[in-house]
Parts: sequence; structure tokens; C-alpha cells
Amino acid sequence: MPSAATAQADTDGVLDAVALEGVSRVYGSDSASAVRAVDNVSLAIRANEFFTLLGPSGCGKTTLLRLIAGFDHTTSGRVLLNGRDVGGLPPFRRPVNTVFQSYALFPHMTVADNVGFGLKMQGRPAAEIAARVAEMLQLVRMEALANRATSQISGGQQQRVALARALAPNPEVLLLDEPLSALDLKLRKAMQIELKRLQRDTGITFVFVTHDQEEALTMSDRIAVMSQGTVRQVGTPREIYDHPAERFVADFIGDANMLKGELIRVDGATGVVRLAAGLEVPARVPSGAPRSGPVTVVVRPEHAGLTRDPAVSGIDVVVENAVYVGTDTQYHLAAADSTRLVVRSQNTRADIGAYEAGARLKVLIGDHAVQVLRD
Amino acid sequence: MTGAAATALPAARARWLLLAPALLILAVGAVGPLAVVVIYSFLTPGDYAGVKWIFSGEAWVNLFLQQDIFDDTWQWADAHLSIFWRTLLLSVGTTAATLVLGFPTAWFIATRPKRSRSFWLFLVTVPFWCNLLVRTFAIMQLIRNEGVINTILRGLGLIDQPIQMLYTDFAVGLGMAYVYLPLMVLPLYASIEKLDFRLIEAAYDLYAGPWRALTRVVLPLVRPGLVAGSILVFIPALGAYVVPRMLGGGNRMMIGNLIDLQFGQGRNWPLGASLALFLMLIVLAALLLYVRQVGRGDARNG
Repeated sequence: MPSAATAQADTDGVLDAVALEGVSRVYGSDSASAVRAVDNVSLAIRANEFFTLLGPSGCGKTTLLRLIAGFDHTTSGRVLLNGRDVGGLPPFRRPVNTVFQSYALFPHMTVADNVGFGLKMQGRPAAEIAARVAEMLQLVRMEALANRATSQISGGQQQRVALARALAPNPEVLLLDEPLSALDLKLRKAMQIELKRLQRDTGITFVFVTHDQEEALTMSDRIAVMSQGTVRQVGTPREIYDHPAERFVADFIGDANMLKGELIRVDGATGVVRLAAGLEVPARVPSGAPRSGPVTVVVRPEHAGLTRDPAVSGIDVVVENAVYVGTDTQYHLAAADSTRLVVRSQNTRADIGAYEAGARLKVLIGDHAVQVLRD
Repeated sequence: MTGAAATALPAARARWLLLAPALLILAVGAVGPLAVVVIYSFLTPGDYAGVKWIFSGEAWVNLFLQQDIFDDTWQWADAHLSIFWRTLLLSVGTTAATLVLGFPTAWFIATRPKRSRSFWLFLVTVPFWCNLLVRTFAIMQLIRNEGVINTILRGLGLIDQPIQMLYTDFAVGLGMAYVYLPLMVLPLYASIEKLDFRLIEAAYDLYAGPWRALTRVVLPLVRPGLVAGSILVFIPALGAYVVPRMLGGGNRMMIGNLIDLQFGQGRNWPLGASLALFLMLIVLAALLLYVRQVGRGDARNG
């Protein structure tokens, strides 16, 4: 189990915005049919952080979000907001707001009334509400449509209103449940940048749920990759992408070449792996990985190079297929032991059509390209 | 060529032919009788029921006013006014009671898993299988002085004298609420079933407790069902006949019973006709209010 997250709690004396301590949510009572939607999750989400829960559908990420919001209750474990145990509090007493996947805008209210609803329920004076609503609508650039019905605005605009509504009460933590999934690609890209800007401008902690790895990599300060109710790895986008600790993470995020090898030397977090082709390369070894013997390593397609030079030490391969994808070319390769590899090389004007199918090449693996997997 | 001839049949005439059966039924079944009632309300009562073909506005005046037998002075028709008032109170009360009882029921059904909802809806409609008269008799057996409730209470030693429930306004209200409850539950269910329950979560998330989530989000959104259910209960309640007749006895009349009386023992058909039309005017007013309410809701939601 990754335990890096809990270890970080409180080390710098600042309370975590959200702390989950051994949180489980089990549906169904008898052990035979019980479903562990969230299974013993511990996480520390720092203040002012853009934190993403990433995983395939059914991995428990939305359940985890609902446990923080208070729509669902934990079977065991504690949920703390800024150090305060909120376990017994209903959603309307928790200082968090949610941007729902469906937006859930109130259809019987105008855009402005939607944005002001939370403040109204908090019993703020009317003048303050009006000022704050105007401020929020300006923040999401919706001030011109304040008096529209929510059914008279587009999906992207509804998204902005949902965001403004959730931000208006100035929550300690903003929870976002796949808020961009209903938008088309172009709008989604624009909203990704917009969300990041809002998070920076407001300084509110964002907890963002998505199944879209690219979205997670672009927006997040840190990512927790989830699978089957558990957190598999927590780290910055770069850590998660460059140094996936286990097969699931390597597979789920980006493309990965999985190669067989043998760990012949380990020194802390680094070691040396002898690949099946006989090549010895330096590698990163995550905690919890075997310290010797056979291992699986991952090499990202763009972290490997190709050359015709027979003098260089590398893996001998034959090009099976070259796929031109605009910015780069993907080479599908077969090694002598019939291992399949993919190497991606960026296209420049000079080397158009550099290698053709059938070419005999060597795959170069750089010093920082190899990551040992835990499983 | 024959196909062309068939299509050459004037479209307008084809439409009239298709409409003819419905128009005939409307003419014979609705317009005709209504015309008779309107005409009768302006005639003079016959000596032994029926009408004399002499024009008179007396029936309409007698709705509210009556002439003293001895000194011919005009007074308020107290008996009529108290019946109008009771009718209105009982109908409003019935509507309110069915609303309060029906809303949780409809909510319960709408929140069941989809497959079991039809079973619960079926249970709601079961009372319709049994004749209204029989069901009203059953209520009488429950609440009369020697009935089930009083017998049990006396058996338990809680009371010495039976509680008089039958032949009171309470009995009429109870009976009407029972009879009309399904008419409230069904439209309410239809509205609640369409409600997006995520909106309630959104309300909770934005610091609204259960009560304010109900009043600020749920009720405004299920208003079409509230209004439709209220109208469906209120209008037949105004014209109720069987329940007040049986559970209210002779002196707890509602308009329906008064109309019956005029055509029967009262032998005053014109007054009966004007009462019926007066009742219809109240119903029309209620319907107009309904149309405007629903129209307003659509404008806001659409």
C-alpha cells in the first residue's frame, strides 16, 4: 500500500485541507456480497492544492468525493477538513461545495439566483449576496446572462454557472465531479485552463475527479491514481507519468513498453536492471518493489531513441510498422525474443520518413528512462 | 386515376366527417343538457315538480336571498349561504388533507426502485375497484356510535359514552379525504417521479437543510403536480354528493345535496338548475386559476 500521503501529513505544521484516514465505504452488509467501493484510503490534500482523483469508472473516486461532501457516510475511517473531523456532519454543515457532473442547476431559478443560493441559505445580507453574485459572475465571465433561465444557456455556460455557484460561498474545499465530461473537446480544453486560473486566483483547494488522464496531467498539482477502491499512487503529474510505481498506473496513464528484466543491483531508489536483450541500464526502483531477481520495467515510447549505428549498445529490433501521427511518428518494433515495443520519435522537417518498415535498428534507452514496477 | 379521385375528396369535408361522432356526442351529451339547465334556471317552478314556461329570475335571486313569508322583506338565504360556506370549507379542507397525506405517499412511491413502483401505484388504485357507496358504508361501520372505533375504545375503558363522529363535518371531511386521496397521489407521483434528485443534493451542498431543500427546491419543481392534484380533488369535492349524504346525515348538506333536494322533495327545479350553474361557475373559476398557475410555471421553467 502506498503510504506516502499519510507520511506527509502535518510535517510542515500546516493543516491539510482534506485528510482521509483509513476511509472505507462498503455497500451491502454480508461479507459475501459486500462491495468495497472505497477500501482503506488514506490521503492528505494540502491547502491551495489542485488535487486530482484519477481512475477508470467504478474505481471509487466519485464515492470518495461524496464521502468528503457528506452525501455518503464512511463505513470506517475519518474525514477531516482543516483538522476537524466532519464525520457526523450533514452536507449542509460542511464548508465544502460541489460542482456536479450534471451541473444540477436549479431550473426554476435564474443564473443569478442559482449563484446566490448558497449565500442566501447561509443567511447573508441581501446587499452582500448581490455583490458577491456579481463578483462571481464576472469571475466566470457570465455577467451578461445573469437574468437568464438556466435552460436558456449552453452547456459550457451552465458549467460556468455551476462553478460560480459552488465558489460563491467561498468554501474551504471545492469538489469537482467530472465537471468537464459533458463538454466537447475544444470547450473542454478551454475550461481546463479556465479552471486552473480560477484555482490560482481564488486560492481554494480543488479536489477534482476525472477518468481523463490528460486532463489530470495538465491541471493538477498532485494526482492520486485509484483502482478498485484503493489509491495506487500519489504524486505530481511528472512523478506519476515518469515514475509509475506499478503496472496499473503505468498502463492507465500514457503508453508504456513493459519489458522483462532482472534487477542486479539496488542502492536506495535506484538500481541496475539487465534487460532480456542483455543490455544493462540504470533504473528507478520504487519502495515496495522487489530488491533483486526478475522484475518488469516500463519505458515510455518517447523516452527511447532509435539508431541505425551498429556500434551503439541497444536492443536489436526490426521495424514492423511506422505510423505517422503529425507531430511525431510511432514505430512499432519487434525484438529478437519477439517482445513488442513502441518508440515515438518527434518529426522534424529533415527526417521525414526516417525509418521504413523492415529496417533493422537499435533501441537506445537513456539513463533516466527505465522504471522498475512494484508488480 | 382512382387514387387521384380518392385524394380529390376535399380535405375539409374529410375532417368534418372524422369529427362528426365526437361533435354529435358533445352536442347531445354536453351542450344540450347544459342548455336545458340554463333555460330551466330562468323559468318558474311547477306546482308538482317540473317547470312552468313563464320567465322568472327568481331562482337566481333565491340563491342568496329569500323573501319572508309574512312581511315579504328580503333576507339573506342563511340556509343556502351556510351550505355554500360548508361546501367551500370542506372542499378546501379535503384538498389540504389529501395534500398533506398524499405528498409523503407519492414521495415514497417515487423513491422506490423502478420495478416496485407499479406495485405501489397499483395499491393506490385498488379502492377504485370497489363501489363508492360500499366504501362509504364501510366508513360508517367504523365511526358510528356502535361502530368499530367506539366499541374498541369502550372495551379498553377509555370512554364511557360513544364519541359522536358520524353525521358531523369531521365525518364528511374524513370520507372525502379518503375518497379523493388517490386523485392527489397520482399527479403528485407523476411530478415527483420526474424530479431530478441530484438537485436536492445540490441544495444540501449549498447549506440548505431538509426543510429549506423541500420549500425552496422540491415544492417549486413539483408544483405542476401540486396544482393538478389540488384541482382534481377540489373540483369533485365541491360537487360531492354521496359522502356528505351518507356521513353527514340530513343536516350536513353540501351543494350537491341541496341541488338534489330541489329536484326531489323541494320541487323547485329552477332553483336546482341555478344552484348547479352556480357550482359550475365556481369550478370554472378554480380551473382558470389553475391554467394561469401552470402557465406561469411553464414560463419560468421553459
